[in-house]
Amino acid sequence: MDKKLQPIIEELEKEFGATSTEYRGDASLVLPREKIVAACQKVQGLGFELLSTLSAVDYWPQQEPRFHVIYEFTSVSMNLRFEIRVPVPGINPSLPTVTHIYRNANWRERELWDMFGIKAEGHPDLRRILMPADWEGHPLRKDYPLGYEEPQFTFNFEEIDLRKPYAKE
Amino acid sequence: MPDIQEVTVDDLKHLVSEKAIQGETMLLNMGPQHPSTHGVLRLLLELDGETVINCIPDIGFLHTGIEKNMEAKTYQKAEVMSDRLDYMNPVGNNLAYSMAVEKLVELDVPVRAQAIRVILAELTRYQSHLVWLGTAALDLAAMSMFLYCFREREYILDVMELCSGQRMMTTYIRPGGLWRDVPVEFEAAVRNILKTFPKRIDEYEALLTRNPLMLDRTLGIGRLTGEECLNFGVTGPMLRASGVKWDLRKTRPYSGYEQYDFEVPTRPEGDVYARFLVRLEEMRQSLKIVEQALNKLPMGPVRSNNFKFVPPPRSEIGVSMEALIHHFKLWTDGFNAPKGSIYNAVESPRGELGVYLESDGGPKPYRIHWRTPSFDNLQSIPLMAKGVLVADLVAIIGSIDIVLGDVDR
Repeated sequence: MDKKLQPIIEELEKEFGATSTEYRGDASLVLPREKIVAACQKVQGLGFELLSTLSAVDYWPQQEPRFHVIYEFTSVSMNLRFEIRVPVPGINPSLPTVTHIYRNANWRERELWDMFGIKAEGHPDLRRILMPADWEGHPLRKDYPLGYEEPQFTFNFEEIDLRKPYAKE
Repeated sequence: MPDIQEVTVDDLKHLVSEKAIQGETMLLNMGPQHPSTHGVLRLLLELDGETVINCIPDIGFLHTGIEKNMEAKTYQKAEVMSDRLDYMNPVGNNLAYSMAVEKLVELDVPVRAQAIRVILAELTRYQSHLVWLGTAALDLAAMSMFLYCFREREYILDVMELCSGQRMMTTYIRPGGLWRDVPVEFEAAVRNILKTFPKRIDEYEALLTRNPLMLDRTLGIGRLTGEECLNFGVTGPMLRASGVKWDLRKTRPYSGYEQYDFEVPTRPEGDVYARFLVRLEEMRQSLKIVEQALNKLPMGPVRSNNFKFVPPPRSEIGVSMEALIHHFKLWTDGFNAPKGSIYNAVESPRGELGVYLESDGGPKPYRIHWRTPSFDNLQSIPLMAKGVLVADLVAIIGSIDIVLGDVDR
């Protein structure tokens, strides 16, 4: 871990009751979800101007916690980087929004809702972003099957064409 | 099949002003088939005459579920999809993916492979900027720029074809090194590029930099400050055009970038014109890096000899039983990466291209998330578009240099 990062991580650990781990030289903090807004404010105040990314991992069938929401912070002024992970349960998954702190969290949280069904509470515009508005399910969840399309060859073209779900006149 | 649910104005009520609901201002769809949206971007514009009051981007038309698909493939096979993300920067995507896998399984890359990676990544950056220059200038009605830029781009695509057999979707950079060594013609082809291209950049500058029409359309348009950029997650040339000197090649060097002498161009203005100047200067710097890397290109292997993760060379398979077993295991089961998660970022032509890779100890990525720069860069468009004319909005979209494959993944 970077020497400049060490005191920052220790400070966050003490203030928010977080636990830190290190893997391949990168620091990672695990925070309870109630504290993420206060932590983001603190982190931004410490000079991490850029929220590089916000995404999630699904640990289905594990339920408590089912998801880990991942925040990657970058400091342009100090040239540092670390990660915050927030465990989110599988039943009614939600966490508070950080859109008012990092503006680019807006689309990232919409993506979180679209792909994982994790609601960002207090988000100004929580609609689906990548999938169509009437899509059912959340594709990046592990219990969502990877779909496929039957390939049509000359010998079975019409047979498959009959049951293929696309618009016909 | 359920009925297709239409998005109505009611759904978007909170995004447009009160006037639009009463019908005083006009709601207009720009895209997804509009040529100046550079692909399939749809912008819902609220217009008062010709002035944009609100701009609501609608993305996802090119969503192909690459993250989900990669989870279902072994590490070697998943790489092929990374080319298709940002199709203007396939080598950069391969580099980001390979470096993430290398970080996860702790693979070393031979120095020759690193130098070739840099050469190809910089050439790809150059060709990506060429496409941007051609199309962005075309949006401003400079038709001939498009033809010049695509003429030059062919030379670079020829080099890609020489190395990998493919012009765009190369998958040439692999975890642990390269697919194979570059052919003997490679050096001459790159030297030819290095000889001719600086003069060509001068030609573009002569056509555009002091062109009064260009200045009219770009000066002071789409202004973003450095703080706004960072708050919106905007990285790459857009951030540097707003005066923030942040380039991952310089600040967090990877693949041997620290050995090369190059400048990170910045401009304080943060408008469309500044982005144009920054990208043009970046093209010159890319050539400078390629030249240095080519001059001291070391000899040696181009793939790691850790055959647990990297396929052994073809010549060994015929004589070594062990090599044959490794080859068989790698192409049937794949390799098991250790449990853990990493985040690794490289500088793509559009900004910070990051890969979040998590492994559960199996042969397939448990979760792979792509932090694509265009996604965040495009988010700043409602801010830039407020109060500009529709014609200026076209210039702004051009200056972001979006690739919709990069936005929608």
